[in-house]
Amino acid sequence: MECVFGLVGDGFALIVADTSAVHSILVHKSDEDKVMLLDSHKLLGASGEGGDRVQFTEYIQKNVHLYQFRNGIPLTTAAAANFTRGELATALRKNPYSVNILLAGYDKDIGPSLYYIDYIATLHKIEKGAFGYGSYFCLSMMDRHYHSGMSLQEAIDLVDKCITEIRTRLVVAPPNFVIKIVDKDGARQHAWRESVKNDKVATA
Amino acid sequence: MSIFEYNGSALVAMVGKNCFAIASDRRLGVQLQTIATDFNRVCKIHDKLYVGLSGLATDAQTLYQRLVFRHKLYQLREERDMKPETFASLVSALLYEKRFGPYFCQPVIAGLGDDDVPFICTMDCIGAKELAKDFVVSGTASESLYGVCESMYKPNMEPDELFETVSQALLASVDRDCLSGWGGYVLLVTPTEVQERILKGRMD
Repeated sequence: MECVFGLVGDGFALIVADTSAVHSILVHKSDEDKVMLLDSHKLLGASGEGGDRVQFTEYIQKNVHLYQFRNGIPLTTAAAANFTRGELATALRKNPYSVNILLAGYDKDIGPSLYYIDYIATLHKIEKGAFGYGSYFCLSMMDRHYHSGMSLQEAIDLVDKCITEIRTRLVVAPPNFVIKIVDKDGARQHAWRESVKNDKVATA
Repeated sequence: MSIFEYNGSALVAMVGKNCFAIASDRRLGVQLQTIATDFNRVCKIHDKLYVGLSGLATDAQTLYQRLVFRHKLYQLREERDMKPETFASLVSALLYEKRFGPYFCQPVIAGLGDDDVPFICTMDCIGAKELAKDFVVSGTASESLYGVCESMYKPNMEPDELFETVSQALLASVDRDCLSGWGGYVLLVTPTEVQERILKGRMD
């Protein structure tokens, strides 16, 4: 029931993910952040099996940082996407990771870009994409309302339409979503869409 | 559903008079869902040699990277480009190396050999070469493609007529296959120039 989707707008890219950590019928928590800040100008939204998701994305994040330390310059989004695909492809016939990834980044000379990386390491550069059961609704909504060069407000409206559709039509819809954005000013959290608030546990 | 039908593909290569054409569809799907409509399956090895890879997209991407690597090494050692016949043997050997854990790809190789004589061949996923003098096909739409190419093919077609024939053959065949389509990409190679064209067919 995990949903991750993303789109490219005018000078920015958005990745939206649900925030439920679920095991069979039990919801462990509803504020799990599945969109990782890969570096200052990259976002990695991942969906898949819990352990694989965290282990694989942290592995990619640390390797991206290592490249920056060794070489003094950050990887481009395309290079990071190809590196990620390479790691998934190498592991595919030995010890496969069940993680689907949307990688968004902003490069100074290229602008925003979004990459779709399947769990079997299929890589493709896209303008809009989605994973999970939510993709059945999001992709159709985006096909209808998306156009190139959307402004931030238009893109957020489209994201809200997608979230509403998921909440209305998916039987075990995740209650909360996080929206993260990457543009020339960097990668950061943009907003939450909560319908179930996680109460903080009182300290002893 | 077979693993070869996971992403969906259609590829055809045809020989003309001192020229060849290689064409593919543009759909990238995950079983019933369409992910992208601009996926490229025909890849350049050198100016007069192209390879199309149908079947599982991740293996097509991995195999393409390995082939480019091997060809670049060959260029460094031999100081010249590979002949199409040699390249076909290379692909066949690479595929048979994985005899008991194969790449799920069926390549279509097309090139201009010595004296600009066109060469086409296809092979199955474990490297069984099939040379042909007229046309070769591959992918989920291959059965339709065989029929249409057999009826439309004439020997010694000029480039313009060859382009027309390949385009009509591709579009007619992918219309009968739900897993391939969303337009076409045709590459026509003559001794002096390379023409790339995008076809608009039934977008469904």
